[in-house]
Amino acid sequence: MSAATIPAYARPVWRRVLLSREAAVIALVAVVYLYGYSNIPYFGDTLTLTYILIDMTTILLIALPMTLVIVTGEIDLSIASVVGLSSAVLGLLVRDGVAMPLAVLIALVVGVVCGLFNGFLVAYVGLPSLAVTIGTLALFRGVAVGLLGTEAVTDFPTSWTEQTSRIIGSTGIPTFMLVFAALAAVFIALLHFSPFGRGIYDIGLSTEAAEFSGVNVQRTKLILFVLTGTVAALAGIFYTLRFGSARGDNATGLELQVIAAVLLGGVSIFGGKGKLPGVIAGVLLIGVISSALRLEGVTVNVINIIIGLLLVLSVLSTSFLTWISDSVSRTKRSTSSH
Amino acid sequence: MRTFSKNGTLLGALGLTFALAVTGCGKAETGESDSGSGEGGDQPLNIVFLPKNLGNPYFDASDAGGKAAVEALGGTFSEVGPQTASPDAQVQYINTAAQQKASAIVISANDPKAVGSALTQARDGGTKIVTFDSDTEPQYRDLFINQASPEGIAKAQIDGIAEQIGDEGEIAILSASANATNQNAWIALMETELKNHPNIKLVDTVYGNDDDQTSFDKTAALLQTHPDLKGIISPTTVGIAAAARYLSTSKAKGEVALTGLGTPNQMRSFIEDGTVTEFYLWNPTDLGTLAAYAAAALAKGEIEGKEGDTFTAGELGEYTVGANGEVLLGEPTGFTKENIGDFDF
Repeated sequence: MSAATIPAYARPVWRRVLLSREAAVIALVAVVYLYGYSNIPYFGDTLTLTYILIDMTTILLIALPMTLVIVTGEIDLSIASVVGLSSAVLGLLVRDGVAMPLAVLIALVVGVVCGLFNGFLVAYVGLPSLAVTIGTLALFRGVAVGLLGTEAVTDFPTSWTEQTSRIIGSTGIPTFMLVFAALAAVFIALLHFSPFGRGIYDIGLSTEAAEFSGVNVQRTKLILFVLTGTVAALAGIFYTLRFGSARGDNATGLELQVIAAVLLGGVSIFGGKGKLPGVIAGVLLIGVISSALRLEGVTVNVINIIIGLLLVLSVLSTSFLTWISDSVSRTKRSTSSH
Repeated sequence: MRTFSKNGTLLGALGLTFALAVTGCGKAETGESDSGSGEGGDQPLNIVFLPKNLGNPYFDASDAGGKAAVEALGGTFSEVGPQTASPDAQVQYINTAAQQKASAIVISANDPKAVGSALTQARDGGTKIVTFDSDTEPQYRDLFINQASPEGIAKAQIDGIAEQIGDEGEIAILSASANATNQNAWIALMETELKNHPNIKLVDTVYGNDDDQTSFDKTAALLQTHPDLKGIISPTTVGIAAAARYLSTSKAKGEVALTGLGTPNQMRSFIEDGTVTEFYLWNPTDLGTLAAYAAAALAKGEIEGKEGDTFTAGELGEYTVGANGEVLLGEPTGFTKENIGDFDF
C-alpha cells in the first residue's frame, strides 16, 4: 500500500476532526452568519438568532433520529404526517377537556405507535422503508385530517404556548433549545459512542456483514423507526404550541426539508456515512441562509432555488472529489506497478 | 474516508479564509429609516403585503391594487409570501417585516390564530396590522378589510336573478355542502330578501358539496325535477361553474337563467357564449387598494382603527371603520360581457 492510500483513521484525531466534512459545513454556517452580521441590516440582532432557532426547531429535532435511520440505509418519509397526527390528537384531546400533561403524553404515545407500525413493516416484514413510509405518509395524514376535519383547535393554555417562545436571558437563544441540546447529546452518544451506534454504521455498510458480526438488525431498525416517530410527535407538540393551532394539515411537506438538511450535513443517502454534528450544522445552514435572504427581500421561489442548488452542489462535490481521488490513486497504483 | 477529508480540507480552508475576511467588518448598518425608532409620525411609509400564497391570481390582483395605492401615497410597497398557503411560513415573513420596522403589514391570514403571536410582536414594535380577505382573531390586528357583507351578497344575487327572469317564476339554489357556514347564512338572507319578490318561488335547494361532478349532476337533476324552472342561484364558485358547464350544452341554455358567486377566469367562456348574463363577486383589486389606504392611514396616525374613524381611500372614496375594527369594501361587483375583460383572477 502506497503512502497515498493511508486510511483517514490513521491520522491524529485532531486532524481528522478539523478536516472533516462536518467541519466544512460548520465553517460554512459561520461564514454565512458572519457575512450577514456585517452586511445585512437587522441580521445581527439577537432576535434574528431567536427566529432562526425557533423556525428550525422542528427540523432540528426530527433530523436527529432521521440521521440514524438514513445511516442504516433506510428512510422515513412519514414524519411530517406524524407531526400532523400528534398535532391533531393533541388538539382533539384539549378540545374535549383533557388536561395538558395527559394530552401531551398521549400525543407522544401516538408517535411511538406510528414508529412501531413503520418499524414492524420494515424490520420484521422486510418491506422497503421507502414504500412503507410513502404509504404511512398518506395514511397518518389521512387520519390526522379525518380527526379534525377543516377545524383548527386553538384554545391551548397560555402557560404552555408561552414556553415555546421563552428566551434564555438576553442571549436570544430559545429556552426550548435546552430540550434539543439534551436530545442531541443523547443521540450523539448513541450514534458515535455506543456499540448500538457502531451497529447502525455496520448495517448501513452491509446488512449481511452486520448480521454476521452479531448486530441485531431487526431490533435496531425497529428502535430507530420508533425513535423517529416519537421525536416527530414531540416536534408536533412543539409546532402546535408554538402556533397555538392544532390542524390535521400542520407541517405538510416537512419530511423533504428534514431529509434535505440531513443530506446537506454530509450523510450519505446510501447509508453507512455521516455524523450528527454535520447534520445539525446542515439544518442551521438552511435556517441562516433562508433568514439572510428573507431580510434581503429575496422571494421564496429564489430562496428555494438557492437551497436546492446548494444541496445538489454538496452531493455533487462529494461524488466529484471521490471520483478525482479514485482516479488519482488508480493512476498512482498503475505507475508504481510498472 | 480519505476523499471525505480531502473534500473537507478544501471547503474548510475556503470557509475559514472567507470567515477571516468578513469578520473584519462590524455589524451591518440598519439604514436611515429607523434612526431613533419609535418616533412614529413622519417616518417613510413602508407597507408589506403578505397574501396567503404567491402566484395566486386572486392575490396578484389584490396586491396590484395595494401597490398602486402605496405608490400613489409615495410609500414603498413590497410583496412577500410563502409558496403554499401554510401559516408557519407566513410567520417567518411577519417576523422579517417586523424586524425591518415596516410601517404596516397587510395580510390575508392562513390561520386565524397561528399567526397571532407573531402579529402581536410586530404590533409591539410599532407595525400596524391590517387583515384582508381572511381575518385573524380580532385581538391580533388593527383593522379587517371585509370584502362583502352577507346581506350585500344575498341581495345582489336575488336582485340579479329577479332582473334576469322578469321578477317571476320558479328558482332553485345549488349550494356547496349542507353544513357550509357561509352558504347557509347567505341562503337564509336570500330567503328573507325574496319576501320583496312575491312572484318568485324558491322551489328547491340542492347541495353539490363544492365538487364539480356532483354539482354538475345536481344541476341536471334540478332541471328534470322542475320543468318550469326559470333560474338557478349558485352561491359558490365551484357550483356556478359546474352548473354553467351543464347549461351551456343542454337545451335549457338561454331558457334557464344562472347567477351566483364566481370568478371571471372560471366564468369567462360562459359569459361569452351567453349561458350566463351576470354573476357576482367582490373586486380583489379594490380590496387591495382599500387595505393599502387603511394601512397607510393607521401608519401615519390619521386613524387608530376605532369604530367611527373615517379615512379616504383614493378614488374609492371615504370609508368608516365599523364594529370590531371592520371596514366593508362595499356591494359585490357584477361581472357581465361588458366588464369581464378587465379582470384576470
